[in-house]
Amino acid sequence: MKRPEPVQVVKQRRDAALSALVGGVPYIQYLGLTFDRRGDELTGVLPFDEKLIGNPLLPALHGGVTAAFLEATAVITLSWSYLWEDIESGALDFDPSAAPILPRLPKTVDFSVDYLRSGLPRDAYARARINRSGRRYASVHVEGWQDNRDRLFAQATGHFVMPQRR
Amino acid sequence: MSDPDKLKLARQFIEAIPHSRDLGMKLTEMDDGVAVITMPYDKRLIGDPETGVISGGAVSAVMDTCCGAAVMSHPENLGGTATLDLRIDYMRAATPGQAITARATCYHVTRSVAFVRATACDDDSDNPVASATGAFTVEGKV
Repeated sequence: MKRPEPVQVVKQRRDAALSALVGGVPYIQYLGLTFDRRGDELTGVLPFDEKLIGNPLLPALHGGVTAAFLEATAVITLSWSYLWEDIESGALDFDPSAAPILPRLPKTVDFSVDYLRSGLPRDAYARARINRSGRRYASVHVEGWQDNRDRLFAQATGHFVMPQRR
Repeated sequence: MSDPDKLKLARQFIEAIPHSRDLGMKLTEMDDGVAVITMPYDKRLIGDPETGVISGGAVSAVMDTCCGAAVMSHPENLGGTATLDLRIDYMRAATPGQAITARATCYHVTRSVAFVRATACDDDSDNPVASATGAFTVEGKV
């Protein structure tokens, strides 16, 4: 029987894939959004920054930032789950020295955000659940929270068109 | 809010929002429940690096700001506002290099809720990039 791969090799391959996926999108870099990975589970992390404020009097996060944060988390989580098999098998090589061709991202058809409470001027987290992912379309639900996982500040549902394999 | 002084004041208010200022949003119209905001093309906003098309999230940001401005310009809303719900439909990719202009109309206001519709266009103003519908809070009433 084949011996399992060393844990460092597996982690390194997954992290390289994730950072290539996330690092390829300028807007995600602009927001300062990063992703925590536990196995295949992703959590979007949006560190607080003054430029993300939408209401200076409260102060509160901009509603557009909240929408963008949840949408980016949905797109990256969807893409990640769609590419997972190819990352694991090594069919997709994200080695930066090989100048990898990045896969296309899913395209948003619609995105509906439910603002539950105002976003506080501190870090925010989001996790997406893929409710349905077919060959052409996907439906994703995202939850965003700050201090308490059970007290969501926003949630969203979006529909996406999946990229065609190339 | 048709007179130039009020427009100037509203413009200063919108442009004082840190996130809107950071994205270079400019308010060009704000009167009686209608607002128009333009956001220049910026490489930082790219969502698809292969084509240079800006991210849906950036379109959300300008839509949300514009809808909020429309609510604040409505004569029956006396104070500020906050987004309760916003849905955006993305009809096509925005042309890279072109500014996005959002136009929002606050078409109904109750004691507690303002209903808004908006579209976002690039240079081809007959063919919107995205449309939005939202519900916003109304302040200043009992």
